[in-house]
Amino acid sequence: MKYPRFKRPLLRAASVGFYLIAWHLLSTQHVDLGIVTFQNVPTPGEVFAEGWNLLQSKKTLAHLTASLSRVFGGFVLAGLVGIVLGLCIGSYHLAADLLLPPLELLRPIPAVAWIPLAILMFPSTELSMTYITFTGALFPILLNTIHGVVGVDARLLASARSLGARQLAVFHEVILPGAAQNIFTGLSIGMGTAWFCLVTAEMIAGQFGIGYYTWSAYTIQNYAGIVVGMLLIGGLGLLSSQLVKRLGQALTPWHRPPAKAL
Amino acid sequence: MSHTELGRVDIKDLSITLGRGKQAFEAVQNVSVSIAPGEFICLLGPSGCGKSTLLGALAGHLPASSGSIRVDAKSISGPDSERGIVFQQHTLFPWKSVIDNVAFGLKMQGIPRNVRHEQARDLLKLVGLAGFEEHYPAQLSGGMQQRVEIARVLINSPKVILMDEPFGALDAQTRIMMQQLLLRVWERFNTTIVFVTHDIDEALFLADRILVMSARPGRIIENLAVDFQRPRDAELLTSEAFMHLKRHCLQLLHLR
Repeated sequence: MKYPRFKRPLLRAASVGFYLIAWHLLSTQHVDLGIVTFQNVPTPGEVFAEGWNLLQSKKTLAHLTASLSRVFGGFVLAGLVGIVLGLCIGSYHLAADLLLPPLELLRPIPAVAWIPLAILMFPSTELSMTYITFTGALFPILLNTIHGVVGVDARLLASARSLGARQLAVFHEVILPGAAQNIFTGLSIGMGTAWFCLVTAEMIAGQFGIGYYTWSAYTIQNYAGIVVGMLLIGGLGLLSSQLVKRLGQALTPWHRPPAKAL
Repeated sequence: MSHTELGRVDIKDLSITLGRGKQAFEAVQNVSVSIAPGEFICLLGPSGCGKSTLLGALAGHLPASSGSIRVDAKSISGPDSERGIVFQQHTLFPWKSVIDNVAFGLKMQGIPRNVRHEQARDLLKLVGLAGFEEHYPAQLSGGMQQRVEIARVLINSPKVILMDEPFGALDAQTRIMMQQLLLRVWERFNTTIVFVTHDIDEALFLADRILVMSARPGRIIENLAVDFQRPRDAELLTSEAFMHLKRHCLQLLHLR
């Protein structure tokens, strides 16, 4: 069905509004459907109030900085390692044969399954959580980088050599920009998995952080806090993924050229 | 110009085997030819006859299985900026603007940005692309992309320019325009050109000499001098002498 374009934002807002109202009704009426119950689910009002409380609290900043620094640390490390290894593995058969098999063996292990061993391996829980985040982010970045490098047009490499490019120049003039779009796809996915792994790690091992906050809200029966934590995690994850995406677009301007000249 | 003495190519008993093991086949067989500095050579032959393979060996991208290739008495060992190559589908770097693509060869030599951009600007003017410096390759038409390719090769002042059906993907009108542009550029720089094509008209219009190749394994079956007066224009294409040579080429390629 056709409707005027200006109504679309209205419809979208109405759609969100509908679910908010449904949530409100289900939680205020303590609906019990047998297989799922809303008896202990906080209402939107309670969640909003708890969110407001958290904003005023001094601990909030500590939770946020704890989570952000862990994600940032793990993600940046995974980015560096993933891109460098990916460039080598994608470019040289020798590197692929020497480096890829052990990585392929580790890859199916979910980052979350590393938690107990990570706690044993690292002297501080801080490091073990950063490691979990790193493991989660590494593989999407590594695999997308390899994919991007392998996909670089062989004719571009031949051309670069015929124009006088040596091996190192071929790397940063052709292979890196040629794989850039895939690398940023990997970084963007990696950012998502980094958050996912961090939150799980924090629930088990953390003393600060948003995952810890969410889990402790459950244990002290502050049910509104659970939802506030969930929303925060979602919001921060979305924000950081967008940041990576924007950065990628800014650094690869040739992928969205304006109209053809002729 | 000093170019007139440089760019001599000597190919001696050259054979090239492609593929491995059971799939191996001889793509080029026992080719011997000498090309004078500044000569415009067209390699003409049916598709799959090994003419692109021969060009790839000249570029240094493919190794010879026997025989030798010398440029100015020096054996070639791999790709080099003294032998520029232009393919049918452009190989411009999509992430570089037109001017940075053209200036790439100079960047590899470590020449400062403003100097290399100045030279690139001059060459872009020469190929009729002044004003397109900041465009990305994807924003240009096929003919314009090939003009950027030519400028990018010229900036290295190569001894030899290798062209692998460079105008094969262009429409007929653009192709004639590009052929005339190439002749203009060649007359000015007087670089040796080895130009691969399966289009008889194109070969006759451009070349000083046509090397006709047989179907696989590629051998040179005719060494045909084309001495039409230069500068040449589109009228040549319908002249009696042109038709005469064209008939001869058609016979060689078993097309009549």
